[in-house]
Amino acid sequence: MTRKITALMLTLIILLVAAGTLLIEEMSAAPEGNEVGSEHWAFKAPARPAIPETVRKGWAKNAIDSFILSRLEKEGLSPSAVAGRESRLRRLSLDLTGLPPSPSEVDAFVADQSPRAWEKQVERLLASPHYGERWGRLWLDAARYADSDGYEKDKMRWAWFYRDWVIDSLNRDKPYDRFIIEQIAGDLLPNATQEQLVATGFLRNSMINEEGGIDPEQFRMEAMFDRMDAIGKSVLGLTINCAQCHTHKYDPIKHDEYYRMMAFLNNSHESNIAVYTAAEEMKRGDIFNRTREIEATMQERTPEWMTRMEAWEKSVTGNQPEWTILRPEVDDISTGGQKYLANSDGSFLAQGYAPTKHRVKMTVETKQQDIRSFRLELLNDPNLPLNGPGRSIKGLGALTEFEAEYAPVSDPKKITKVKIVRATADFSQTERELESIFDDRSRRRRITGPIEFAIDGVEETAWGIDAGPGQRNVPRRAVFTTEQPISNPGGTILTIYLKQSHGGWNSDDNQNNNLGRIRLSMTSAVGATADPLPAGIREIFAIPREKRTPRQIQTIFSTWRLTVPEFKTENEQIAALWRGYPEGSSQLVYAERTEGRETFLLRRGDFLRPEKRVAPGVPAFLHQLPEGQPVDRLAFARWLVDRRSPTTARSIVNRIWQTYFGTGIVATSEDFGRQSDAPSHPELLDWLAVELMENGWSLKHIHRLIVSSATYQQSSAVSPELQQRDPYNRLVARGSRVRVDGEIIRDISLAVSGLLNSKIGGPSVFPPSPDFLYLPPASYGPKNWYEEKGENRYRRALYTFRYRSVPYPMLQNFDTPNGDIACVRRSRSNTPLQALTTLNEPLFMEAARALAWKTVREGGTTDGQRLRYAFRRVLGRAPALEETKELLGLYSRQRARFARGEANPWNLATNNPDAASPLPVGVNMEEIAAWTAVSRVLLNLDETITKE
Amino acid sequence: MNNRNRRWFIEQCGVGMGALALNHLLGSRGQAQGSINPLAPKKPHFAPKAKNIIYLFMAGGPSHMELFDNKPMLSKFDGTLPPPELLKGYRSAFINPNSKLLGPKFKFAKYGQSGAEISELLPHTAKIVDDIAIVKSMVTDAFNHAPGQLMMNTGSMIFGRPSFGSWVTYGLGSEANDLPAFVVFSTGSKGPSGGNSNWGSGFLPTVYQGVQFRNVGDPVLYLSNPRGVDESLQQDSVRTIEKLNRMRLNSVGDPEIATRISSYEMALKMQRSAPELIDISKEPKHILEMYGAEPGKPSFANSVLMARRLVERGVRFVQIFHEAWDQHGNLVKSITANCKDTDQACAALVKDLKQRGLLKDTIVIWGGEFGRTPMVQGGDDGRDHHPNAFTMWMAGGGIKPGITIGQTDDLGFNVTEDRVHVHDLHATLLHLLGFDHEKLTYRFQGRDFRLTDVMGLVVNKLLA
Repeated sequence: MTRKITALMLTLIILLVAAGTLLIEEMSAAPEGNEVGSEHWAFKAPARPAIPETVRKGWAKNAIDSFILSRLEKEGLSPSAVAGRESRLRRLSLDLTGLPPSPSEVDAFVADQSPRAWEKQVERLLASPHYGERWGRLWLDAARYADSDGYEKDKMRWAWFYRDWVIDSLNRDKPYDRFIIEQIAGDLLPNATQEQLVATGFLRNSMINEEGGIDPEQFRMEAMFDRMDAIGKSVLGLTINCAQCHTHKYDPIKHDEYYRMMAFLNNSHESNIAVYTAAEEMKRGDIFNRTREIEATMQERTPEWMTRMEAWEKSVTGNQPEWTILRPEVDDISTGGQKYLANSDGSFLAQGYAPTKHRVKMTVETKQQDIRSFRLELLNDPNLPLNGPGRSIKGLGALTEFEAEYAPVSDPKKITKVKIVRATADFSQTERELESIFDDRSRRRRITGPIEFAIDGVEETAWGIDAGPGQRNVPRRAVFTTEQPISNPGGTILTIYLKQSHGGWNSDDNQNNNLGRIRLSMTSAVGATADPLPAGIREIFAIPREKRTPRQIQTIFSTWRLTVPEFKTENEQIAALWRGYPEGSSQLVYAERTEGRETFLLRRGDFLRPEKRVAPGVPAFLHQLPEGQPVDRLAFARWLVDRRSPTTARSIVNRIWQTYFGTGIVATSEDFGRQSDAPSHPELLDWLAVELMENGWSLKHIHRLIVSSATYQQSSAVSPELQQRDPYNRLVARGSRVRVDGEIIRDISLAVSGLLNSKIGGPSVFPPSPDFLYLPPASYGPKNWYEEKGENRYRRALYTFRYRSVPYPMLQNFDTPNGDIACVRRSRSNTPLQALTTLNEPLFMEAARALAWKTVREGGTTDGQRLRYAFRRVLGRAPALEETKELLGLYSRQRARFARGEANPWNLATNNPDAASPLPVGVNMEEIAAWTAVSRVLLNLDETITKE
Repeated sequence: MNNRNRRWFIEQCGVGMGALALNHLLGSRGQAQGSINPLAPKKPHFAPKAKNIIYLFMAGGPSHMELFDNKPMLSKFDGTLPPPELLKGYRSAFINPNSKLLGPKFKFAKYGQSGAEISELLPHTAKIVDDIAIVKSMVTDAFNHAPGQLMMNTGSMIFGRPSFGSWVTYGLGSEANDLPAFVVFSTGSKGPSGGNSNWGSGFLPTVYQGVQFRNVGDPVLYLSNPRGVDESLQQDSVRTIEKLNRMRLNSVGDPEIATRISSYEMALKMQRSAPELIDISKEPKHILEMYGAEPGKPSFANSVLMARRLVERGVRFVQIFHEAWDQHGNLVKSITANCKDTDQACAALVKDLKQRGLLKDTIVIWGGEFGRTPMVQGGDDGRDHHPNAFTMWMAGGGIKPGITIGQTDDLGFNVTEDRVHVHDLHATLLHLLGFDHEKLTYRFQGRDFRLTDVMGLVVNKLLA
């Protein structure tokens, strides 16, 4: 009965909310309904359609061609001839790897008489590690990947392990369903590997706002909306974010259903974990093993170790005073804009803006008498960098000064400063100069070191807690003892100041050195000091001995052995080992919270207007979750890639089609809902979707099918009649001629000039870019841009460091999205700024010079041979007679000008005239300069930046 | 661009400049479809009052109580706490909302025929009050900079939406044939919060995004020839590129190649015209003095003068971001300095446009992303961010001159009359440009998006 009423009431509420929302927000007429709308074609799971019969026989190479030809026959059109081998191979190379073929690759293909010649090229290129870079970049658009936080501060972040995970997954042809599951819930898979944790970086590619004065919860919700939008666009091909504010006007997604889906994702920490390359992993494994081996030898040579350890355990059990946790109020102004979020355990988590210098003031009233010591605990938290306990990029912090005051409750103005006479800590680093990232430009010598630095009243010194890689991200504690016990019969107002001024000069950069999660306690006990035992040991002590696991016993041993003088040598050996522990990198990841977070339907998407609580669930018009399984993020991930999902497979095969042919079978690739464009070839779309699912979700299978088709191999030349009839080539009666993506434009120029460093993966790089862009007033704050001088200068463009607020100009001019939001369909513009970029941008110029030098060195001895050489490198084909004439005309005119001394050839032909390479034998500078001019023209041709 | 939009261009916009050039290039082969110039000039929904905008974006949040919104009662209550009912549900960025009120720091007087009240900080603006409309009743949804600036510039706090300038160029195209349609300067102590997204094109085609100009060195990135390339070589190179591109066009027939050819032509033209454009040294002395501009010395005033020169050359939308107004502390000194840096040039722009007959079809907008709290931040010389009420002014292009609309309460905390939300401002400005803001839409993700989302009412009181 009760349940029935609740259900009825709920339905009523939903209806009222939906109706009210519609009335208030949507005065414009909406097409009918949000009722279950499975009649729309895209909401029915795809089934394998029959392959159509065609009149013309013998053209089709696979089913794709039958679908295409059948439609062409209906339209009274015929397919175009197959493209020439040179342009076909260039097309295939650009499509599969984003790099042009070398002249020798072209020669090999042209000379290959085998009937399998094309197939061999397809397999060669599908197996290339550059395939993952090419197609990974497109996924990274959908995943809104960037190397910075966005919003005002737009600080650098570390997410390139995720980028490399995408490249690697595609290269290994990870089944698409697993590819998605790992990105949505890799952390929830059993025994999740580092790679699976890294995959959840997909959910963390959202922007982070750490502007001063923000409410972190507001922007956490913005990030949740962004995650939903990204999943909608990239996985489902559905516009789900409309239902953020109200029931979807066109598609049957209800307002509460949006929040029910969000509830799957909402129970997370925004974590950042240490990650290691394969070599670093080996090193770590080695350190762990060696440590265990040395500990085993210690135990072997000390058979009575167990009894001695137990005696030690007894001696240190129960030797700690009783501490009372303080729950103070934080003074808002004193935080410098950082938010101290109170936790139920009495700790405060620092979030939001991270000022590099501040002195937080915390005030609390207490009845406790004889307060003799204060304890400051620095705690871990999954929301801190590398788990904390601090907020610096290493998860550390420094305490410049611990200060306290008190006043009687009866007379709050009668404030007395507390004299702290003694400080102890469980760990302090040895005294050392502050790292350069914390330089505050004051020219003072600032140091971190022992805990006494926190009570010395000196601005330049602070308590430092860096125990080195692998050992630093653990809880720490310090105890501060007063000269006189504090007592007030009517109660005491305590004020504690934690001065944190060991950050750097630029609060808009990652230069904070703040404490991350803190907890304050006090005690009346005499002689309290900081408990020297590592966190977690006392919890093991609390477990009866017989119930302890070998690992727990080993943990105790690792602590105890440090107290045993006869183990000195081994302890030192182990310490030496750990000094070689790799620093690793970090990666933003998603991590499930242990205690649940409730999700509410938000009125108009406003986080301040929560209405009813919602449970995780999926929209009624789509396939349902399996019964009797846990309802969690992993279930949601599996649901997304369920065979019954109507849009998941269609959406990805459509985007693959879009990339090859310029337009998707559904042109609106981000939306398959009722408002989407009708598919040009609905059966083909379904056929490809089913092919994907029935072939182990292998994306390479789909690529192979497409590029093997006759459809793909057609010439892209177009007659005026066909251009008029089908300007956007939706019917594919010809090959598609498409300007390549911005990254590939850069890659082509680097590859053909021989400059390209084809290394795959690693941290993002900083090719030349105008300095002023990274300084105010062009950028909000000063940003780092360390122009590469070495081999990283010429990496593929997908490795270019991506600041969201200051996009790399060359890529921006060629329509590369900046990662603010998910993008599954790029714009493709054709503008004068693009012409200026390829003509004048420094790296294009360096490529033109490099191609010229390469040409005179390797391209033969006559002008004709050299031209042919350079032309073939750039375009994959030999020049036509007319083209040769024009280009050699330019060559001779410019060479003559240099010879006449009208211009200085060194300036044109060398990046640095003072450090030029020696001239090749028999070549003079005028020639190289004139070849530079020719090379620059070649790099600027429409055909060069076009996939024909 | 999807088909629908291409169709829209073909149907709604006729054949643009690019297509004409294309016909010329293709001769008898001229098949314009597929290569319509997306920046070709277009007609709006109805006869416009204005065709250009110069937007002086005062980033950081200027204090309305120190500049335009005289609040004598706030002086009276200086040092007292605000009434608790005022603070119900109020969120602030840095301060505890329950902070003491801070009286205005500067004197006000009435100016002009209209008798508009202006603070002593703005002596030059005081002289143009009869040409401008002051809106004291602006309201926004955001109280942090990046979301606030994004709200003001894209109508949404969510990233990924097209900026105001890109909507305008999308709707009207460009009349500048050798300059970008939408030009952006940044002149303050910092760049705008949120960076390029403030002038991005969102889901609109990227040709509509703003192009950043500098007022020193090359105005546009990669405008100058690289080292070793002189004028003769550049000409010879671009001519050769054109010839080879034309050969390719003849053999493969893709009209996109024709567009590429005209892009290179335009690039060459831009190389010639842009340096001339930013060279303000040729401006008469009295004009330089009027603005307070000094050739070769980057400043807000120089950019304002360049904005006029850009509009004269057909640029549709110029936006100057001047980040300077975030006075959490040091209010008196900083706001005085900011006004010194900006007041004269802003007033000069209105006067100069007027004397050239350009003001009638150019709208000048002055304002930031939000206002500031009547409550103090810190000691007695700072104010926090405040979204509930702030002041902007506009002039020209069908804006009714010499009026002040809107009222705030005695503390300058809430709007009490003629509330103008950011969406209403956008609706009004689009109206002046000839658009029904509900019909200037772009289909994306199955929805027709607009600058004003699902809101916005034209403020009739502002119309001349």
